[in-house]
Amino acid sequence: MTELATYNFAYLDEQTKRMIRRAILKAIAIPGYQVPFASREMPMPYGWGTGGVQVTAAVIGPDDTLKVIDQGADDTTNAVSIRAFFQKTANVRVTTKTTEATIIQTRHRIPEAALQAGQTLVYQVPIPEPLRFLEPRETETRKMHALEEYGLMHVKLYEDIARHGHIATTYAYPVKVEGRYVMDPSPTPKFDNPKMHNSPALQLFGAGREKRIYAIPPYTEVVSLDFEDHPFEIQTFSQPCALCGAKGSYLDEVILDDKGGSMFVCSDTDFCEDRQAEGQLSANPAEAAE
Amino acid sequence: MYVAVKGGEAAIRNAHKLLADRRRGDRSVPAIGLEQIVEQLALAVDRVMAEGSLYDTELAALAVKQARGDMIEAIFLVRAYRTTLPRFGYTKPVETSLMAIERRISATFKDLPGGQLLGPTFDYTHRLLDPELAGDVAVEVPERRVESHEQTPRVTDILGHDGMIESDGDMPEGADTGDLTREPLSFPLERDLRLQALARGDEGFLLGLAYSTQRGYARSHPFAGEIRIGEVEVELEVAELDFPLTLGRIRVTECQMVNQFKGSSSEPPQFTRGYGLVFGQSERKSMSMALCDRALRARELGEDITAAAQDEEFVISHSDNVQSTGFVEHLKLPHYVDFQAELDLIRRMRSEHERRHTENNGTQEAAE
Repeated sequence: MTELATYNFAYLDEQTKRMIRRAILKAIAIPGYQVPFASREMPMPYGWGTGGVQVTAAVIGPDDTLKVIDQGADDTTNAVSIRAFFQKTANVRVTTKTTEATIIQTRHRIPEAALQAGQTLVYQVPIPEPLRFLEPRETETRKMHALEEYGLMHVKLYEDIARHGHIATTYAYPVKVEGRYVMDPSPTPKFDNPKMHNSPALQLFGAGREKRIYAIPPYTEVVSLDFEDHPFEIQTFSQPCALCGAKGSYLDEVILDDKGGSMFVCSDTDFCEDRQAEGQLSANPAEAAE
Repeated sequence: MYVAVKGGEAAIRNAHKLLADRRRGDRSVPAIGLEQIVEQLALAVDRVMAEGSLYDTELAALAVKQARGDMIEAIFLVRAYRTTLPRFGYTKPVETSLMAIERRISATFKDLPGGQLLGPTFDYTHRLLDPELAGDVAVEVPERRVESHEQTPRVTDILGHDGMIESDGDMPEGADTGDLTREPLSFPLERDLRLQALARGDEGFLLGLAYSTQRGYARSHPFAGEIRIGEVEVELEVAELDFPLTLGRIRVTECQMVNQFKGSSSEPPQFTRGYGLVFGQSERKSMSMALCDRALRARELGEDITAAAQDEEFVISHSDNVQSTGFVEHLKLPHYVDFQAELDLIRRMRSEHERRHTENNGTQEAAE
């Protein structure tokens, strides 16, 4: 039978990492531009973070400290699985603390705590093309980006307003990066969009199945698309987090019973736990829910 | 009362333990061995090798066993292993006219050099369940011919002699054959990459598309010029040697479709080609591949692109079952952050709708 397979540090072979790093460097040089790369088959399914995992594998070193979140939480199953993958293949330090991490791989959220210079945020991206649902053909969307032809996107947002009175995009809300490329921020809620603007951290986006990498270098202008009379707005919540009392954080609704009872809690578990540890609110969630 | 969802790690560990238990099944039933899978489920192994793009019967059998018979899961296992293997080089094109033929049929000529050989086929079996197979009945020794080392010309070569069929396309001067596992695909594709993608494409997906071309969605009037199954030698050019090195033999299925083409002002009327080549024994897949290949040549042949099977970006972007299954199944992952955002918006729009409604009623009453 075949010999027991052995794998390189962080799973990918060095040539593959070099190829990915070259794509990352190009992506950083052209903020918001989707760089094609020869994405590999990974030992987890496409659509489950293979792009983010490849980017992380290409940039991680033995001295890094890794945090992995999904839906803002460190303990969701896929985050647990990806963290375990890097512990196994790279034996790196892992953490749930946003402030301690040098690399944070995320799906669907940006941490609440402001990121610092030197940190890298790696996004898992399902559909990197912001124009994909307006134009399914890659050959066409490539042209539209090249010609900076983004009228279609504005028409879509306008039609939302005409039909619903609002821009009806709540997540994966398109942004313009450094005044040039329209970019998909990955399916993060639009609540997180302002955090991308002028962030001191490096933001890398990996789409494995679609074979694209793109980036926002530190201190880059990231503007959510809008209209003068319909300015971009983020979600607000009418109540604070039931566990830590936070007011400006993104909340998940947790269903408590089948009679319409629910409570709102921070989606960023590290942020919430930190606040609870600081004694921000009665630690009795049951009481808070009532 | 809300209990934070913790312990994902333990849950995953336990789920995988249960999976291993179910995979083994009833312990009083002997475990299935890889040799049994290779020998007795050979076509499953062939499909895993073909769509996994790795010719290794033992690894494919292991994948089938590990995947509990789920073919796409097995293909995925093989792909994820294959991608870690170093590349030593690219072999020479296999010479299928030198194939050690096990089966070879042509639907276009009653008899032809090399003859028609039915070989091990399900064709003409009556699909009646055979209760005897539930046990281990003795199987007769089959008739065998003496292996011939004569070259068996392909039907397309025979047709090609008098120009009845277009020549087999050449790569442009100086062009290297692409490798879709090493470079990201960029549409439009050349035929080399398209054939690679089709060769590893999902059998069911390609079968459906091929069928659609027969039902009028990009009809190409195909004839199964030839299907041959057998072993071919794989040769590698090594820099230090002035002859190619034979690495071994692999079993492949080749299908050459012969399709109509009217010709043009510059080209005399001649048949056109659709090509299929698949690891192992799979006529269904190689025929589907050949029909899809022909349909996808619409642009090259100046045909109107009217149907899904002719649409290269559509076909190739969605033919890979490892990609498809990953993305379809990723909907199982939590999406509650985005769902919350949608909930919030719908609630807001509903309350605005209600407010407008009551306001309208109010003004109506006032007017009355």
